[in-house]
Amino acid sequence: MTELRDEIKGIIEGEDVALFMKGTPQMVMCGNSHRALEALRRAGAPVTAVDILPDPRIREELSALSGWPTIPQVFVRGELVGGADIVEELEQNGELERTLSEKLGPDYRGAGAERVVAVA
Amino acid sequence: MTQRLESLLQEAFPGDEVSVEDRTGGGDHFQVSVTSARFDGLSLVEQHRLVYDALAAPLADGTIHELRISTKGIA
Repeated sequence: MTELRDEIKGIIEGEDVALFMKGTPQMVMCGNSHRALEALRRAGAPVTAVDILPDPRIREELSALSGWPTIPQVFVRGELVGGADIVEELEQNGELERTLSEKLGPDYRGAGAERVVAVA
Repeated sequence: MTQRLESLLQEAFPGDEVSVEDRTGGGDHFQVSVTSARFDGLSLVEQHRLVYDALAAPLADGTIHELRISTKGIA
């Protein structure tokens, strides 16, 4: 296993809510990443964002770990929740908030501000 | 290109309702919808994985730049 893959794995497993996206929350570079970010924001999720664009290996290693071929990818406490379509659907039917409450505790909305971490 | 994706989905989901829409007309942004009994009892992640499996080739070779997926079970 590569160092980069270890680093990505550490983020997936260590962050409450990890969003691997194109760009950053401040400068989103893709429509689907935007959709996922906005759904997470509506649900009040404490998002840790990782920009996959700086190095193509980030996406390669991420997809190798998750078995999910597209970006964005959202993880809650290490578990893949899905891409933009799924996260949007779960937000609309209330399941995203339920999952966040179950995994992070009912007070998850106060758990932390949005932040960005860089890999590689 | 829409037809290629449609036939890949029909192969993977024989007899099921599948549709592919080219969202921008540029042949690389697609909305695919599949209704299949195979989705019954599966999580959304598992359902979408089945669609990704069916479209593995055009995903890998860069044909698909952006993909939106909508899945529905029968039950």
